[in-house]
Amino acid sequence: MDTAIRQNRPRHGLLTFRRLYLDLALIGAGIAAFFLFPDSLGFLTRVLIMIIMVLSLDLVLGYAGIATLGHAALFGSGAYAAGLFAVNFSADPLLGLAVGAVAGAVIAFVSGLILLRAQSLTLLMLSIAVAQILQEIASKERAITGGSDGLLGISMEPIFGIYAFDFVGQTGYWYALTVLTAVFVLLKIIVASPFGLAARGIHESAERMRAIGTPVYWRLVAIYTLAGGVAGIGGALSAQVTELVSLDALGFSLSAEALIMLILGGLGRLYGAIFGTVIFMTIHHLAASVDPFNWLFVIGALVLIVVYFLPEGFIGLPARARKLMRWSP
Amino acid sequence: MTSGLDITGLCKSFGGIIVANNIDFTLRPGDRKALIGPNGAGKTTFANLITGFLAPSAGTLHLDGRNIINLKEAKRVKAGIAKTFQITTLFKRMSVRENIRLAILEREGKSFRWFAKDNGYSDIEEEIEQLLEQFSLQSSAADEVHELAYGRQRLVEMALTLALKPRILILDEPSAGVPASDSHIITDAIERLPEDLSVLIIEHDMNLVFKVARKIVVLVNGAILTEGTPGEIAGNQQVRDLYLGARHEH
Repeated sequence: MDTAIRQNRPRHGLLTFRRLYLDLALIGAGIAAFFLFPDSLGFLTRVLIMIIMVLSLDLVLGYAGIATLGHAALFGSGAYAAGLFAVNFSADPLLGLAVGAVAGAVIAFVSGLILLRAQSLTLLMLSIAVAQILQEIASKERAITGGSDGLLGISMEPIFGIYAFDFVGQTGYWYALTVLTAVFVLLKIIVASPFGLAARGIHESAERMRAIGTPVYWRLVAIYTLAGGVAGIGGALSAQVTELVSLDALGFSLSAEALIMLILGGLGRLYGAIFGTVIFMTIHHLAASVDPFNWLFVIGALVLIVVYFLPEGFIGLPARARKLMRWSP
Repeated sequence: MTSGLDITGLCKSFGGIIVANNIDFTLRPGDRKALIGPNGAGKTTFANLITGFLAPSAGTLHLDGRNIINLKEAKRVKAGIAKTFQITTLFKRMSVRENIRLAILEREGKSFRWFAKDNGYSDIEEEIEQLLEQFSLQSSAADEVHELAYGRQRLVEMALTLALKPRILILDEPSAGVPASDSHIITDAIERLPEDLSVLIIEHDMNLVFKVARKIVVLVNGAILTEGTPGEIAGNQQVRDLYLGARHEH
């Protein structure tokens, strides 16, 4: 029996050696990027922030199966909350992150109470509606949010009172990389926990989860709230690093792009969120510099290729390659 | 206080269609009752009324003397009522072990924990191994459920349901979809269930019913026609005419 228990490694387990190497390689890549692309730190920081947003979406969609096209509502809420907090109360970055996380979580909890009673297409439409309502409020309340001009006047204090944000974006990059690493580790622990297993269970069969005694609705609300907190951290980070919050932070485009990034990378594995975001934003960056008007063509083609040939996303590429190598006509 | 399940005057209708008509029913500890009836008799509806998947139009439902009629499905599971589905409903992209683990974690109130490993509870892992052994599923423990033959999936569902440690177990057509050559696996599994467990089996396979049931309840048009031992039911002319006879005609 002991042998059986020892063999009992969860497929989504925490810190198996292979995954530990992968995690260290990813952090190493994050550090290396700083030195390899010193002139692109602004772009790289945006990638790191977006990864946090897509990780949050993976928790919601990839793990719990909550279909949403309004994830920007949670990201944008965190961004506006952290921005307003910095302008009106305190410009301490870590305190601002906490405010962003709370704002994202509160919006997720409140909207989740309504959204999560619906399913599939209705849920999708409602999620868009929530983000649109928040965007409209941000647009109308110019005196508070700056409306279409964006929230200006954010000037952050140095992190820990030591590391000041610089014009080139070096501090912002290290700050974003550190926060992303912390979020990633936290999410890895959570998805390997009983809570994570239950989230996967709901995705697999909500009916069976109810039949084993799980209050599925409240569990979904909890997952959505957690994801809201994570997206809120991403939004807060964005506000602090760019010192600006625009209406785009609550926009449909952001939600849709995050979804495409996750599909490209692969759902329900966390790593897919990282690879998908990097691939999408790099292609966007390069293709848009070549043709600013038609760059979406490249993304569209890539999505088609992934959907048809790599349904598990780029994260499924090694397994697909191994399968092809074993295949002989 | 009376142990077990006591149902009185249970009614359910969808619009003008009555699917449960003033049903009185009891299930005591250790009972092995089978619920039979022609297609559309309301057997699964009756099971769904017990589990809380459907809300009754009228009637009372007591478990160990406690009225549970207003409890939602998930709360009734916690109270001790568990069910297997007519069509296997499992976590198909999870391993057999994970399926059972999830049920035990939920039963133990540990499924909301964020900072523990899901396989980090040695007592739960030992219990999983015991259940795997009980249902001869050790060799498939690491396989994802969708990779298993349907008969074995039925066993996984029984193991998962038993992992909830229910006092009332409802098996909704446990042999449905299982090849005749494998139906003995299901029969054996039912015969090995704990003696003090109350079991209600909804089943079309009369061989299985007459083998495992000590009492048989016949349901027709949402109402109980009669109840008796397998011998009494087999000899009941009304049952033969209304149900068994009708089957023979096919």
